[in-house]
Amino acid sequence: MGTHLFSIAMAVALLPLVGALIAGLFGKKMGRTATHRMTIMLVGSAFVLSCYLFAEIVLLGHPTVEGVLYNWVTSGTFQFDVSILLDRLSATMLFIVSFISFMVHIYTVGYMKEDPGYERFFSYVSLFTFAMLILVLANNFLLLFFGWEGVGLVSYLLIGFWFKRESAVEGSLKAFIANRVGDVGFVLAIAAVLTYFNSLDYPTVFSHVTLLVGKTMPLFPGLHVSVITMICVLLFIGAMAKSAQIPLHIWLPESMEGPTPISALIHAATMVTAGIYMVARMSPLFEYSPVALSLVLILGATTCLLMGFLAVMQQDIKRVIAYSTISQLGYMAVALGASAYDTAIFHLITHAFFKALLFLAAGSVIIALHHEQDMRKMGGLAPYMPITYLTFAIGALALAAIPPFSGFYSKDAIIEAVHLSKTPGAHYAYLCVLVGAFVTPLYIFRALFLTFHGQKRYPDKVNESPWVMLIPLIALAIPSMIAGGILITPMLFSTPSMLGASIFILPQHVVSTALATDFQGAKLMALHATQTLNFWLALAGIITAWLFNLGRPQWAELLKKRFSWLYQIFIVKYGFDAFNQVVLVEGSRRLGNFFYKVSDLIMIDGVFVNGSGKLIRLFARMGRRIQTGYLYHYALAMLLGLAICLGWFIGF
Amino acid sequence: MVALSNFLILAAILFGVGIAGILINRKNIIVLLMSIELMLLAVNTNFIAFSYFLGNNTGQLFVFFILTVAAAEAAIGLAIMMVLFRKSGTIEVDKLDALKG
Repeated sequence: MGTHLFSIAMAVALLPLVGALIAGLFGKKMGRTATHRMTIMLVGSAFVLSCYLFAEIVLLGHPTVEGVLYNWVTSGTFQFDVSILLDRLSATMLFIVSFISFMVHIYTVGYMKEDPGYERFFSYVSLFTFAMLILVLANNFLLLFFGWEGVGLVSYLLIGFWFKRESAVEGSLKAFIANRVGDVGFVLAIAAVLTYFNSLDYPTVFSHVTLLVGKTMPLFPGLHVSVITMICVLLFIGAMAKSAQIPLHIWLPESMEGPTPISALIHAATMVTAGIYMVARMSPLFEYSPVALSLVLILGATTCLLMGFLAVMQQDIKRVIAYSTISQLGYMAVALGASAYDTAIFHLITHAFFKALLFLAAGSVIIALHHEQDMRKMGGLAPYMPITYLTFAIGALALAAIPPFSGFYSKDAIIEAVHLSKTPGAHYAYLCVLVGAFVTPLYIFRALFLTFHGQKRYPDKVNESPWVMLIPLIALAIPSMIAGGILITPMLFSTPSMLGASIFILPQHVVSTALATDFQGAKLMALHATQTLNFWLALAGIITAWLFNLGRPQWAELLKKRFSWLYQIFIVKYGFDAFNQVVLVEGSRRLGNFFYKVSDLIMIDGVFVNGSGKLIRLFARMGRRIQTGYLYHYALAMLLGLAICLGWFIGF
Repeated sequence: MVALSNFLILAAILFGVGIAGILINRKNIIVLLMSIELMLLAVNTNFIAFSYFLGNNTGQLFVFFILTVAAAEAAIGLAIMMVLFRKSGTIEVDKLDALKG
């Protein structure tokens, strides 16, 4: 019974790879139509198959499937298999990833219609889907790392898709480098896991965690840290880079240089949530490290709040949504830190729907305005693009956590979970997410009002996008509306919950039981939203956005003047970029220059290469003095030598 | 009766004169060749003296070999000297420093 599910899971992962290879190698010969038909068909069948898997595993409760495709490496006692783990968590993620990818594939047909790199784009997107599915399905750390690097690579390729633009190349490089920083942590974590568990397979590692509780390892001489904390912190450094948490978030806004479908698929819905998924997957490890949980919580809360503020200040529609994504990832990290892994995955799912929707709708606007992304040049587009407007509004409402849209349920659950959590730092995090609940609607409705309402500032005629772009919007708008209400009960409040045994929570960390006492069903939760603080905060955010952008725009100017120092801090984005530029880039350049001058020029070139040559010349100059060329000198030397030899021989 | 030591002293003196001729002579290559001959003769004297006093004729046999080789060597040496003179126009030892480093 399990084997056919295993084969289907492999097919789900490999079909997009086949599509990527064919599109990449033969795309130019096949032509545009054949390429997009082929890749969409393959990803579509992967989606259908993952629906089946989702139904079997999650809905019908089929037990977890583990399978080995083949043995890759055997080295001593260590064995590494290409093996997959199909449980409730990975089946759910499979469904989400393949669905969003399928929608983005369809949307791309319209968005990239005039682009010369059409076939290449489809190849990359399919390759990304493959890597992401492998990441989700992996049953050991190395395969997880393979998928992790795979999505990173494709992300780099796609951010720099328009490689003739300098900003795109810089953006892709920045993303790549920031992710390498995280990878260092991740690789070290894998090494630590291998050292202490002697295995990289999830089941082996997770079942032996309790043996390591209380064990310490030396970090510096005299400083010992708990092994599990060390592993978890290193893993989270990897997640920080991938999921754009402070201070490694810098690459995500730059990644907006890539085409919009990519921003929707990679930099909003799937890849950036890989870090969240990974931490949730590693919940048996994180549960035993309160320090790591606290770190996740505090960093997540800080990211959530600070990046929310930045989103308010952006003029580029895609950057607003990008900062919003970072902020929402902060929400997910907060949920992870509060040990509410189900809630984090719940928010991941709803966020995947509405954020992909927002990006695709923004892309629809961008295409209609011929690649204009500046919101100051938009405005008043609602009558011209009714479906785009409507779907964007649905996404905005879901993001703003207005009941009964999906974001309301997941965000409310996170805020409540933090409220009830006892992890150190939870009070600070609770404050951050509450303010975040006000800031989120502020920025997204600012974008909505600037783009679709007010005066039309774009000079040319604007047409609604073609249906091939609108259908994915509609298909994403529906789950953005209803997914939260449908999923909240099975995700959080039923036993076994939707993710079941994939998530491990220590009994003293469980917050969902406390939540469940207040919970009386999704409909009542939406109706009773007026009694919660976050609902009023969200409403206040929307009203503020309206006031400052449509009602009383002069107030915004007034505030800008009044708090110009604060405005400056936001404009420089808290100085992260400047810090990186001055300290890291300049610093390493100086350090490199120093080493170039001292160790390269002086030590290697001066002492070793030229020095040895000079030494030999010095010896030669002295040696040639002996060679006078006079016969009698040589004869004397011979005789002296003979005399010495004889003296030696006779003397002893 | 002349003792063996007298022969050996004579040979040593001859050898020493030969060495001195090589080392001190700065003028003529012919003197150099003659000095070498002198050293060879010193060796020959030793051979004959030992052969006579020890009653073994092998030493005298070697003297003939040495004389032959010395003759051949002198012939070759003089031939080289002729060529050298044609080439460089001199046989002065002090001027011949082509091997100088």
